Amino acid sequence: MELLDILLSASFWAAAIRIASPLIFATIGELICERAGVLNLGIEGIMVAGAFAGWISVWAGLPLWGGVAVAMFVGMAFGLLHSVLSVPFGLSQHVVGVGITLLATSVTFYTYRVVLPEVSSPPKIEAFQPFEIPLLSDIPLLGPALFSQTPLTYAAFVVAALTAFVLFRTPLGLAVRAAGENPSAVAAQGLSVTAIRMGAVVVGSGLMAVGGAFLTMSAFDSFFFDMVGGRGWICIALVVFGAWRPGKALLGAILFAAFDALQIRVQQTSLGTVIPYQIFLMMPYVLSILALVLMSRSAQVPAALMVPFNKGTR
Amino acid sequence: MRLEAISQPSVSRRIFPPMLAIVASFVIAALLAQIAGGNPFAVFGLIFKGALGSQFALLETLNRATPLIFTGLAVAVAFRAKLWNIGAEAQLYAGAVITVVLGTGALAWPAPVLLPTLAIGAALAGAIVLLIPAMLKTRFGVDEVVTTLLFNFIFLLFVSYLLEGPLKDPMGMGWPKSARLIPEARLPRIVEGLRLHWGFALALICAVAIWVIDRKTTLGFEMRAVGQNPEAARFAGIPVTKVILKTALLSGGLAALGGFSEVAGLKGSLTLDLSPGFGYTGIVVAMLALLNPLGVVAAALFVAIIFVGADSMSRAIGVPTYLADIMLASALLLMVLAILFTKFRVRRD
Repeated sequence: MELLDILLSASFWAAAIRIASPLIFATIGELICERAGVLNLGIEGIMVAGAFAGWISVWAGLPLWGGVAVAMFVGMAFGLLHSVLSVPFGLSQHVVGVGITLLATSVTFYTYRVVLPEVSSPPKIEAFQPFEIPLLSDIPLLGPALFSQTPLTYAAFVVAALTAFVLFRTPLGLAVRAAGENPSAVAAQGLSVTAIRMGAVVVGSGLMAVGGAFLTMSAFDSFFFDMVGGRGWICIALVVFGAWRPGKALLGAILFAAFDALQIRVQQTSLGTVIPYQIFLMMPYVLSILALVLMSRSAQVPAALMVPFNKGTR
Repeated sequence: MRLEAISQPSVSRRIFPPMLAIVASFVIAALLAQIAGGNPFAVFGLIFKGALGSQFALLETLNRATPLIFTGLAVAVAFRAKLWNIGAEAQLYAGAVITVVLGTGALAWPAPVLLPTLAIGAALAGAIVLLIPAMLKTRFGVDEVVTTLLFNFIFLLFVSYLLEGPLKDPMGMGWPKSARLIPEARLPRIVEGLRLHWGFALALICAVAIWVIDRKTTLGFEMRAVGQNPEAARFAGIPVTKVILKTALLSGGLAALGGFSEVAGLKGSLTLDLSPGFGYTGIVVAMLALLNPLGVVAAALFVAIIFVGADSMSRAIGVPTYLADIMLASALLLMVLAILFTKFRVRRD
């Protein structure tokens, strides 16, 4: 009953929450973009750029939160570029997104080589440390899992809650959702669909970059070339899995991370000696595809997702 | 701001914006080279000298262009029908795997029989790899961009497993690498003594074949119709689902031929670094070619010049090779914008 032991250990759930944190940031970011009607396939590259920007800023002397801010700013810059091309010009969101991913990734690697030309292994930084929330962290199982994490993990949960509140409880959120469902109605109200969509992509991209920065500044303390490793694409699947709702997306990210933490631990057991490790590493991607297929029947996709809005052609 | 369609774009209107896009990507790269401490003129001089400056360099460039023609065609065929195949990387590896499985001694046939068998086997494998996401799209409405991207990761892990398990070379000193192909399974060189193999010729033949399919056959017409407006195509009696699946078979097969060509023509065995992202670069190639099959050949040559040249430039003066990737990514984005300006003008209101 090795499996049960794993599932009942606090360290397992602590790992799951840790693995979920970057996914939560990026999934919420993607969700905001898609709610406004823009599929942002720049996510993978923006996470790479955010991971690098945050880490290199701290290495250069900025405080940790300063690094997070720089990462967010860099993400927003790429988001702005994406939104200019995909919103007012209405270019194919597929092609623009892939282009942004290629651009953000190559700019990041180029900058890395320019800033650190001679290093064989990347320097380490003093990363975020776990912060135990008084009293709450003493709760058995739940305490170590949820309340002994780094500040950036707490921030991920706050961002998810805040996004849910803004999207469903404020006029701004209504406008964002309407831009993704029925942009003509938004325009008829005298609001600018272009401005709303661009704003959503910029903000969403900023969050994706913070998700990337989590990897270099909280999960690890250094930057590696393939460290994002498809997490961005997984987050796009998580948005669908979460039916475009922040709460469900958050739970989806945790469930997904739990599977990921589980496969790492199962690899250490007797099963790991029988099954090739590549099969375990495939699980996140296979699960993402399964999630997409399962949710496809009941998908509540925003009606105007990927539909450019041009005032001339009503 | 409002976009207004131009009913009959002039010739200069159709040519000027794409040219400007290429020039602008050069300017961006020049600025970045300056930041890294390289004189832009020296950088571009070295890039072109490194890619075209000698017979050896030129052949290296043609060899590098070969897989890019295959993946560029794969992407162009798919994108024309609005099947967003971002999985050419996985399909290329599928072709390479089949080539190694059948070509390392399993079929001890003479070359004239074995080579076509390997090519067909590879194409079938790639076709099947893309058929899965295509069917998920037509059956369940799952977006193929995400599934093809995820398949890239799954398939690369699968290749990694094969190279450490069933396909591992027993003589490989423990490296994750397949056994070498038998001599009959190797694509010969076009001219003896020159390092250019028949894969390049095969790529050119494929480009012409795709152009013929596109312009002269019903399938080509149907694929374009589905790409332009699936609803209208369905209304006109075109079997949209079937056309999408046929497109997937063609696209996946083309990318896989790139894997066959790389293994049988150039490398002789399979390793995990067979493709430095040929599948993704194929997207850039296809877009620069405006999805035209013959244009893919020109675009692949252009991209190969930049890559081979940047390698040699980087060795000479130390400006990182990623300059080439930035240049191509910005060329891709600028080109889609330029295509828009060939058909629309911007009105302020």
